[in-house]
Amino acid sequence: MLGEAWRAMGANRMRTILTMLGMVIGVGAVVLMMSIGQGAQYAIKQTISAMGSNLFILLSGSTSAGGVRSGHGGGYTLTISDADAIAELPGVQAAAPIHPGSAQVVYGPNNWNTSVIGSTPAYLDARAWPVVSGSAFTASDVRSATRVALIGQTTAQNLFGDEDPVGKTLRIRQSPFTVLGVLALKGQGMDGRDQDDSIIIPITTAQRNVFGTQFPGSVRMVMVQTTTQEVMPEAELSMTALLRQRHRIREGQDSDFSLRNLTAVADSAAESTRVMSLLLGAIASVSLLVGGIGIMNIMLVSVTERTREIGIRMAIGARERDILLQFLLEAIIISVVGCFIGLLLGIGGALLTHTLTGTMVIISGSSVLVAFSVAATVGIFFGYYPARKAARLDPIEALRYQ
Amino acid sequence: MTNTAVIRIEGLSKSYQTSAGLFPALNDVNLTIMPGEFVAVMGPSGSGKSTFMNILGCLDAPTVGSYALDGRPVASLDRDELALLRNRTIGFVFQGFNLLQRMSLRDNVALPLIYSGIELAERQKRADEMLAKVGLSDKADSLPNQISGGQQQRVAIARALINKPRLLLADEPTGNLDSRTGEEIMALFDALNSEGITIVLVTHEADIARHAQRQVHFHDGRIISDELTREIAA
Ligand SMILES: Nc1ncnc2c1ncn2[C@@H]1O[C@H](COP(=O)(O)OP(=O)(O)OP(=O)(O)O)[C@@H](O)[C@H]1O
Ligand SMILES: [Mg+2]
Repeated sequence: MLGEAWRAMGANRMRTILTMLGMVIGVGAVVLMMSIGQGAQYAIKQTISAMGSNLFILLSGSTSAGGVRSGHGGGYTLTISDADAIAELPGVQAAAPIHPGSAQVVYGPNNWNTSVIGSTPAYLDARAWPVVSGSAFTASDVRSATRVALIGQTTAQNLFGDEDPVGKTLRIRQSPFTVLGVLALKGQGMDGRDQDDSIIIPITTAQRNVFGTQFPGSVRMVMVQTTTQEVMPEAELSMTALLRQRHRIREGQDSDFSLRNLTAVADSAAESTRVMSLLLGAIASVSLLVGGIGIMNIMLVSVTERTREIGIRMAIGARERDILLQFLLEAIIISVVGCFIGLLLGIGGALLTHTLTGTMVIISGSSVLVAFSVAATVGIFFGYYPARKAARLDPIEALRYQ
Repeated sequence: MTNTAVIRIEGLSKSYQTSAGLFPALNDVNLTIMPGEFVAVMGPSGSGKSTFMNILGCLDAPTVGSYALDGRPVASLDRDELALLRNRTIGFVFQGFNLLQRMSLRDNVALPLIYSGIELAERQKRADEMLAKVGLSDKADSLPNQISGGQQQRVAIARALINKPRLLLADEPTGNLDSRTGEEIMALFDALNSEGITIVLVTHEADIARHAQRQVHFHDGRIISDELTREIAA
């Protein structure tokens, strides 16, 4: 039976190949799109979990100075003690004031420009960013503004190479800092920047010794982490109330700070990625459908062309199911072989996309399985009607067909 | 031999729908053929011989009348049962050969065996034996369009015989053969008939018809004569 189908397909090689091409393109597109979509979803999940969970970012609001209003985070309306007060609120796990910046860092003959973040130990908790060797600095380091630093892996690599950085002294803008510990690998952030290219120092040290500030003790942003996602709305209300009270803002007046739910932002980013990859899959599936219709079309032509052959086969004893099987088998072979080639092309395309653009792709067994079963189903579904048409022919009518 | 007729036809008519209205190709035909008979069907072109053979071969159905094969009314059989009859009981040689052009002669001859569920090796062995019987062993791998009309005719006969049918229906099996090859084929038919196979054969040629024990003449869709021409061999 298989040999029969093979021969029939070989007799019309060009047509068989073109029909197959429909399947090849359909399956290839589905596999490619699914692996890109899944890769994107995976990448965003990684980023989100690297960011930390249940996070708010509190930005100091605009200040008016002589009619000139600065934007969000423009003024320094938040203070380190605001952060301490927020940390005491129910449902709040950690509140870390942040003073970000960038600086030239020197160790021995090496120097490197990196992002320097002044904060408190709470920052490491909020970001879920452990120290992998050495130790973190403490609240007392913050209080006494000691010159200690935690360095990210990229920075460590660039400054120290294979040397162990812990206990070494580096210079940030000329000030000597002792490296207390090395941070865990974090990867790319939401903005696409390498988060491991950074140094974390006590916020007090950052303000006094590295960047200097007109408003010591004031910051542009505070990162707040709640205990669970459920308490986030409640925490948002209590934080707002607390800060308005601390900043003596009267009823009806605008707050001088703004609060952003980072987790919600991340979730919506993840959701839009998911929708995007679904959409890609759906569009690709349409080409699979078109491929299936192509098979049906060719099979119908083939049945008509071979009407006489069907009549002869029936005349010597072929039953309906023999004829049905023969044509169905042809359709299934076309779609499964097409699917297999499409699979290879799709995987190849995904790998090529990865090497050319660096986009993350995931070729999962499930997407391969889905593509394969869809192809087999398409073959059966679109092959069935023509095959049944062939099987139902009347022997003598078919024999007389010219 | 049993007393049940292989073929019992009563009051059979067949009309074709044409643009000019219904055309009666067969008209009130009655015929009984007993096991082991060798019947020649004769008559002018257009007298309904092929139409009659198609009905005997369970390829076509009569408009009116009844046809019983081995005592079973064919009208009561479903498509699968008819297919089984065509596969096992009846061997049919078409007027126009009806070989599959894309297949080798061996595969053409072996084709009915596929539908009997016989293994490939066995199919090929039997096909080669059959081809040898009709004198075409050396052409087993040729395609039908690479051989002559007479050779195609012999392949068609080999195919009809491969499943050892009890009833052989042949529509002008020697029409494309020279008289010598025709005689060879007829010798084959005689041998089959002496093995007990019932044969109904359409022919124009009196020489060929002489091999049969009985001659049935058609004219305008009716049987006009039905005579024994030779004693049934023991
Ligand atoms: N499918 C058909 N539709 C309409 N008329 C048909 C059809 N088949 C045969 N006929 C007509 O029925 C009559 C009998 O045809 P049939 O083929 O049985 O003749 P035949 O005796 O076999 O002739 P020949 O010796 O030429 O083969 C003819 O007049 C033919 O035109
Ligand atoms: Mg005829």
